[in-house]
Amino acid sequence: MSTRTLAAVAVNAALVVAAALTLLPLAWMVSVSLMPAGEASSASRLLPSAPTLVHYRELFTRLDVARYALNSALLATGITALSLLLNSMAGYAFAKLRFAGRDAIFRTLLAALVIPGQLGMLPLFLLLKELGLVNTYAGVVIPGLASIFGIFLVRQHALSLPDSILDAARVDGASELRIYWSIALPSLRPILVTLGLFTFMGTWNDFLWPLIVLSDERMFTLPVALANLLGEHAQDAEIMMAGSVVTVLPMVVLFLALQRQYVAGVSGGVKG
Amino acid sequence: MSAATTERQGRAAALLVSPALAAIVAFFFLPVVAALALSVTDFDIYALADLANLRFVGVRNYVRLAADPTFRTALWNTAFFVLVAAPLSIAVSLGAALLVDAKLARFPTFYRTVLFLPVVTTLVAAAVVWRYLYHPRFGLLNHALGVLGVAPIDWLGDPRWAMLAIVLMTVWKGFGFNMVVFVAGLRAIPPRLYEAASLDGAGTLATFRHVTLPLLAPTTTFVALMTVIGDFQLFSEPYVMTQGGPGDRTLSVVLLMYREGFRWWNLGTAAATAFVLFAIILALSALGLLVRRDDATDAGVAVGAHEAAHDGAHDGAHDDTRAGAPRAGEQA
Repeated sequence: MSTRTLAAVAVNAALVVAAALTLLPLAWMVSVSLMPAGEASSASRLLPSAPTLVHYRELFTRLDVARYALNSALLATGITALSLLLNSMAGYAFAKLRFAGRDAIFRTLLAALVIPGQLGMLPLFLLLKELGLVNTYAGVVIPGLASIFGIFLVRQHALSLPDSILDAARVDGASELRIYWSIALPSLRPILVTLGLFTFMGTWNDFLWPLIVLSDERMFTLPVALANLLGEHAQDAEIMMAGSVVTVLPMVVLFLALQRQYVAGVSGGVKG
Repeated sequence: MSAATTERQGRAAALLVSPALAAIVAFFFLPVVAALALSVTDFDIYALADLANLRFVGVRNYVRLAADPTFRTALWNTAFFVLVAAPLSIAVSLGAALLVDAKLARFPTFYRTVLFLPVVTTLVAAAVVWRYLYHPRFGLLNHALGVLGVAPIDWLGDPRWAMLAIVLMTVWKGFGFNMVVFVAGLRAIPPRLYEAASLDGAGTLATFRHVTLPLLAPTTTFVALMTVIGDFQLFSEPYVMTQGGPGDRTLSVVLLMYREGFRWWNLGTAAATAFVLFAIILALSALGLLVRRDDATDAGVAVGAHEAAHDGAHDGAHDDTRAGAPRAGEQA
């Protein structure tokens, strides 16, 4: 074998091993979720002796997981829709409209990106408590209404919209809001898809804030419900794994379906 | 541009910008300022019931924290976690990026997808899965070690192993993200430099050391900074896997803040804890900027990009693409 063939074998073998190690925890999660109750802890098996959906059935009947999934889906959809609207409006204006203080405001926003989110959580909780929004869906949505990163991402892409087209619309008598809605938004579609995907997945996966703001079990999102379930069912590995599958699966499917947009956002967002 | 147009644009801009700005000011900027105020009060459960019980205490919360063994433990645990997890994660990410980007690799897109998968999984669910993977009796890890003849280890119950177990899980969960960033950095290196190195007779290792690594330095700095900042916000993993134990061995700063604030309602102490974390992150960002010698825009945006895509690294109300800065992820 030539050195090159040898190198090719080494590279591809390393990739196979890396992929197998990466997938192993997820594969084990699925496998255990299909085992009869108690099999994971007694038999130390890798695969179920007789695959069963009984734990999924229990999750969706007795443990009301459909409700948590619905909460997660509703909150993620709501936050995604609202924040896409607010961020795209602001991002477009920062890129293409002239107004007093524009650059100063934008610089302030960017500087604030280094502030960790946990910092404002305690007063925000007190504020929402005053407003009667603790333990409501609105309380979960509120901190997600707009995001500095989202505004930035939209602005960077809106900068490349040709001014000639916007000016032509102005000459034709279109209002500025009309131009935003009918010209800017459609051309910004690719970046809005990426941003929407980030937001949706980020909200679905979010844990600390919903954990803080929601106390009524019926309002829990999937991650909060899953952590809560661990309290009663820590011994039932099979049920916990089935719950993990239900929580993770929608994100995996979404990612596989839209991974081109997602990965473009990761590598693009970095370059700025 | 005519004065009328300018005025028209100004009005439209006000309409377009104010909703987002109002949300960010009311639900992010003001709470952060309020947190600073909170951190110099003795806000506790009595003040929560009646604000008349609130007193100004100056820097007493900070002084107390500095002397508090639990806080020191949390700070040390978090620093230990960052010191082990960040370099490991960066090394694994770079290795994976080199493999996926190698000319000899077959099906690179497939592998990139597979290696990225843990990044999009829900952090809490991943932590649950790893909790069982680490189970001393039937966990997959001890099972595999048993085949090799290694006696079972109580990964999450043994103070010597618990934090390392969390490190391993975090690296698994997050390396795919940095891998994609590294691949983008690798692709930005001009091919002619590799051709030149090859003409000079440089071997694979020499080329890596003298071409790839130096040209990748800006990407590496960025990745390192983001990873370290994200890792300092460790929360969900210990919350789900160990509750901070055994014996506070995996208690992190954010987990302590959560307990102080939302379990015991010592909001003054909790706010001071959060500000110590912020000071650390700020100092690291400044350091990163010095290394990078780039403008502030880049760093800020970098944080946002990372947190947004990273599933809120370790969770935050504002992580991911939400009001204000972080997640972030992971995120999580």
